[in-house]
Parts: sequence; C-alpha cells; structure tokens
Amino acid sequence: MKYKILVINDPKELMFGIAPNPVKTRRGLEIGGGQVYAELNFTLPVMSINNSTLAQVYTHYREIAEGALEHALHMNSKGIVLEFETLLEMTKTPSIGVEIVKIMNGVCENYYQKHGLSSEIRLTPNDLREFERPARQRSSQHLEPMMELFEQGMIAGGDLLSIESTGGKEVSDEALMMCDVKGMVFALAVLGVRDMHFLWEKIVGLANKHGKIAAGDSACGFANTAMVLAEKKYIPKIFATIVRVISVVRSIVAMEEGAIGPDKDCGYEGPFLKAITGIPISMEGKTAACAHLSPLGNIASACADLWSNESVQNIKLLSGMAPTAYLEQLEYDARLMNAALHAGKVHSHILQQLLVASDIYTDPQALILSPENVIRISGELVKGDSYVANAKNGALAALDIIEEALLSGKMKLPELETGYLPILRDDLNSIPDNESEFIAMMLPLLDETKFTLAEYGL
Amino acid sequence: MEDLLVKLLEAVEFGKVDKKSPYPPQLRDMDGAHELTISAIEAGIKPQIILEEALIPAMSKVGKKFAECKIFVPQMLMSARAMGASMFQLKPFFASGAIKTKGTFIIGTVKGDLHDIGKNLVSMMVEGGGWSIVDLGVDVGSDKFVEALKNNPGAVVGLSALLTTTMVNMGEIVSTIRVHAPETKILIGGAPVTAEFCQNIGADFYAPDPQKAVEYMNLLAS
Ligand code: B12
Repeated sequence: MKYKILVINDPKELMFGIAPNPVKTRRGLEIGGGQVYAELNFTLPVMSINNSTLAQVYTHYREIAEGALEHALHMNSKGIVLEFETLLEMTKTPSIGVEIVKIMNGVCENYYQKHGLSSEIRLTPNDLREFERPARQRSSQHLEPMMELFEQGMIAGGDLLSIESTGGKEVSDEALMMCDVKGMVFALAVLGVRDMHFLWEKIVGLANKHGKIAAGDSACGFANTAMVLAEKKYIPKIFATIVRVISVVRSIVAMEEGAIGPDKDCGYEGPFLKAITGIPISMEGKTAACAHLSPLGNIASACADLWSNESVQNIKLLSGMAPTAYLEQLEYDARLMNAALHAGKVHSHILQQLLVASDIYTDPQALILSPENVIRISGELVKGDSYVANAKNGALAALDIIEEALLSGKMKLPELETGYLPILRDDLNSIPDNESEFIAMMLPLLDETKFTLAEYGL
Repeated sequence: MEDLLVKLLEAVEFGKVDKKSPYPPQLRDMDGAHELTISAIEAGIKPQIILEEALIPAMSKVGKKFAECKIFVPQMLMSARAMGASMFQLKPFFASGAIKTKGTFIIGTVKGDLHDIGKNLVSMMVEGGGWSIVDLGVDVGSDKFVEALKNNPGAVVGLSALLTTTMVNMGEIVSTIRVHAPETKILIGGAPVTAEFCQNIGADFYAPDPQKAVEYMNLLAS
C-alpha cells in the first residue's frame, strides 16, 4: 500500500468541513475548504425506463434539479452537489445517462449564471460487470458502456466521478452471510484491491484527460450490505463493523491511483480515508433513512465535508417533492455545522463531540467512527507491508476497541453478539501477513467456479 | 428408532452437517445429519417420516429462533446445509416417489435486478418448510418463469425486486404467467414492494419476510 503514515494524526484535526487537501470545483465549491455542503441523492419513483417513458424520466431529473436548486437558493445555500447515481438502463445505454447529466448541468449552470449559486454533479455509473457470473472484471463487454458514460458524462457536465465497484463481490456475498472474515479479507484485500487498481487507473486517466475530478469509490456492495444485514439482525453488528474496517484497504486504492475526493457518501469508510490521505469526504447518516436504516445517524457527520442522504424517490410529500424536502434537511444540518465552524475551533469541537457522544456507544459500527477511534484504527491500517496485513491489523484494532468499550461497561451487547468476538479474533489471527501465503491458504477453501482469478490479474 | 430421529432433528437444528464437521462445537465428534440419515434409512425408518418428523420440524424450530432474533443467518445456513446433507441421502426416494415434498417453489429476482440476498433467504426458509426449490437466480424475465412452470406444473412462484424501476417488471411477469398457467399462486416481496402493489398487479400474496411467506405456503399446502 502506498500510504505508510497518516495525513491527520490528531483526532482534533479530523473535523467536518475541513480537509488537508480540499477539492476546488469548476463552479466554485471548495470541498473540505472550511465549510460543509449538502450533497443530494435522488432516484425515480416506481416506473419503467424504456423508449416510451424516456421523456418522463428526463422530466423527473429536470424537476428534481430545479426543485433542489430553487430551494437551495431560497435557503441561502453556499453551494450543493447533486449526486446522479444512475439506474442500470442509464449505464447500459450511456446516451440516456449523458442526456440526464446534460439536463441537470443546464439547470446548475442556469442557477450559477443567474444567481451565483454554485453546484456540481457527481456522476456515479453502475458497475454492470455484476451481470455476469463468474464475473469477467477485465474482459467484460460491459466495461465499454461504463467507461463511455464516464467519459461522455463528464464532458456533459458531470464533474465529480464515482462508482460503487464490485470487484470481489462474488466471493463476499457468501462470506457475508457466513460471517467468514477470511473470505471477506480475500474478497476485499486481494480481489477488490486488484480490481480497484484496474478500474481506477482508467477512471483517473479519463478525468485527467478532461480536467475533471476523480472522486472515489464506495465499498457499498460489501460494507453497507453488511450494515443493512446487521440492522435486520441477520448477521452480528460486530462482524459488520469489522467488514467496514477491512473495506478501507480496498477503497483507498482509488486514491493510490490518483482520485482526490470527495469520497462517495455511502462509503462509511470515508473517515479512515480522510485520516490516511487527507482527502475530503461525503457522508450520509440519519438523512439516509429514506433508503435504509443505520445505527450511526449523527456520528457519521463528525468529519463530513459533504453531508448527504441516499436515493430518495421523486414523489410528492405534503411539503413538496421528496428530494426538495431532503435538500432542506441536509442544508439545515450543514448550516449548523457551518455555524459551529465560523464560531471557531472550540465550538466546532463541542458540536462534533455531541454528534459523537449521541451515537458512539449504541452500536460498534458507530463506535469505530469516533475521531479517536478512526485515527487509532487508521494507524493500524497503514503499518503493514501488504493490503492483507493492513486489513487484518485494522480489523484487530477494531476488535480491541469494541472489547475495551464492553469491558468498561460503556457499551452493551447481547451474548449472541459477543460470542463472535473470540471467533473473529481467532480467524483474523490465522491470516498470514504475506499475500501469497494468504492466497494459497484461501484457494482450497473457496468455490473457484464462482470467480476467475485471471480476471483479477492473478 | 425414535432416538435416531431426535438426534437427526438436533443435528439439523444446530447445523451439524457430518461427523467431521467442527461446527457446532457442542456436537464435536458426534454423528451429523449425513450419518444419522444413513442410519435412519438402514434402521428402516420411512423416508417420509424422516422428512416430516426430523427435517421439517428442525427447520421450523430454526425459522422460529431466527424470527425471534435468537440466532443469526450463519447458524441458519449451517442448518440448511445439514438439511441438504440429509436430503442428499433421501434423493433416490424422491425420484421413486416414496416421499413427496409439499410442492415446488420457483423463485427469482426479476429482470434488471441483481439484489439477491433477500431472495436467497426466502428460498432457504421455504425449502426448510418442506418445499422443493427451483431458484432461477437474478435478472429473470417472464420467459424463464413460464418455462420453469412448464417443467414444474402447479408450482408456486416467488418474485423478488429491490428497485423502484424493476418492481414494475413484476407486473409483466405476473400477466405472462396468468396467460400460460392462470391458476399459479404468485408471491412477491422486496423492500419497495407493498401489499397494495401486489393487488394492483394481480399477484396473490405479498410477504414482508420469509416467515410470512412460509406461513402462507403452508396454508396452500394444507
Ligand atoms: C445490499 C444492497 C445492494 C447490494 C446487493 C447485494 C446482493 N447480492 O443482493 C449491491 C451493493 C450490489 C447493490 C447494488 C445496487 N443497488 Co442496492 N441496495 C442494497 C440495500 C442496501 C439492501 C438490500 C438487502 O440486501 N437487504 C437485506 C435483505 C435481506 O432484505 P430484502 O432484500 O428486502 O429481502 C427481505 C424482504 O424484502 C423479503 N423478500 C425479498 N424478496 C422476496 C421475495 C419473495 C417472494 C418474498 C415472499 C419475500 C421477499 O424477504 C427478505 C428477507 O427478510 C438496499 C436498501 C434497501 N432499502 O433495501 C439498496 C437499494 C435497493 N439499492 C439501490 C441501488 C440504487 C442500487 C444500484 C443501482 C446502485 C449502483 N450505484 O449501482 C445497484 C443495482 C444493482 C442491480 N442491478 O440490481 C437503491 C434503490 C433505489 C431505487 N431506485 O429503487 C437502494 C434502495 C439503496 C439506495 N441507494 O438508496 N445494492
């Protein structure tokens, strides 16, 4: 791993709105440059996407963008990001995705020219390679439309580029359900890391060619799947916590390849990435309840530079359209954080402490997101010589932190959960630091019909 | 004889696949579902009895514990594997017609959608409830459902969708099935799906979770 030391060593420096390496955008946002902006995520209501509905689809996105920007203006917003997380048809047929970017960029430009309101579009195509099993990560024909949407979409005005890539998911899907931590390390730190190198080299290349911003990748398909399963009490929260930490070594590869942030909102590994690399990050928490429940509503914002929701359908609520309503909530949260930042370090720390204190001991997944714990775990995530060793060390540090919180009586977990602590620790300790040894150990244990090593360059 | 069934029930309930399996620790070195099923067949216990008095009650206990949040999915999966080991031994008796399941359940995630965790859980629980499963996987269009119904006449169908833009495909699948096999019972589920939607598209039952699906299917079978 390229990173050997942390850019942020002091938990006090891990603060919302402030990143050591802020990102400036075309229409004047300075993400991580001293204030928090809202990042709105939205989606279509129940409908099909086909030739006969395309006009309706475009109208939805135009109305979402106009509704959000008009309200942002009304609320005196300092700027917002619109996240366009495409639906499959929009990546499969890139011209649809590009058209939507064009429409929304037109709206953004209009508000910028007329009212000086800054906004940008984050473009998040789908990883279509998931449609093939075993996945053909490198030779898949699906790569073509994905890359075309990235390139044509950025030319059309999508300035921040992200994806929720899925390399290793064919192994992690089963490992998650079996609470198989070795399988998760293999999926994320061996397969995921390799696929991230492959994919992000391309994305960064395109971004540099067109002067756009390679932002970052979220381990959504791994760690958020774990979080949602834990929320449903299907797998232990402790396991989901460990998966989150392991996912850092996979998501950081985007930065190693040249991505500069803001990392994507649903990647709750963001705080670790910020501590290690200094990039700004987007986070979502209580505001994502429209799409999925979570145990870290407040603490997720402790060091966010963009504050986001999750896909909210464009449906009418009593107040107005749902995306506009969510923009308002995000904007109020951002205002509060910005007021604290303007009042000075003492105030921003008090606000941060409250955000942390209100969640920290309610769930191990919240626990690891406190700035102190993020820095402590991040230190372990960079000290080894391989991604595998780093994943293992980070996960062990998280287990230590969970055990300390239990021992001190500050956090309580049922026996059904704590029973997994020794199992996970033993499993992690059985992982060799050396990657080749680890691969040799895992191959006989895995169903090799499910993935193709060559597609990961192995 | 009774004793063997009790032991098999316990092996499946706690997920003991075979003797060499280290899981669960409390049953280490004891016979698992594999050995106990062989012994039960050798002891002359009717396969139908093995199914109805050991396997199905074991999985129903597992399902109940899961519904009450007393176990996690991995434990349930281990039980499913243990049941699988037992079913493998019973396979010849299914083929000869000596035992019958409650029926066949064809399940799939609809066209355009790849979310399959929920679908897999439903299929596992329904199987544990004593049904044969035909899992069509993800991204499944109406043609595949119709074909599977041709191969398994009278089967119950389950559709899963997690996206607001793919749940609409359920409507098309239901209508196509109604043309080819109008009597088919169709269950639907997935995060954005509702009972109202179920009614609108003419499906038969909406279940928010696997337990409700199993309860409904047991009513169908009874
Ligand atoms: C995990 C997840 C993923 C994983 C899926 C992993 C997998 N192998 O399935 C990954 C990361 C790959 C993924 C991908 C995508 N996802 Co997704 N995903 C989720 C998430 C967070 C949880 C789904 C889940 O597994 N839940 C746990 C299971 C156990 O619950 P369940 O599926 O609801 O099933 C239960 C019940 O519904 C019921 N049930 C389910 N099926 C059936 C069937 C029958 C017959 C019955 C009776 C019952 C039943 O029983 C199950 C057990 O209790 C949801 C959020 C949500 N609110 O659901 C988003 C969500 C559904 N995804 C979303 C999106 C946008 C996507 C992507 C397009 C993202 C992208 N940028 O690429 C892709 C699309 C991929 C595709 N083609 O389908 C959006 C949907 C927005 C919309 N317009 O509808 C959501 C709401 C999240 C968000 N971003 O806001 N996703």
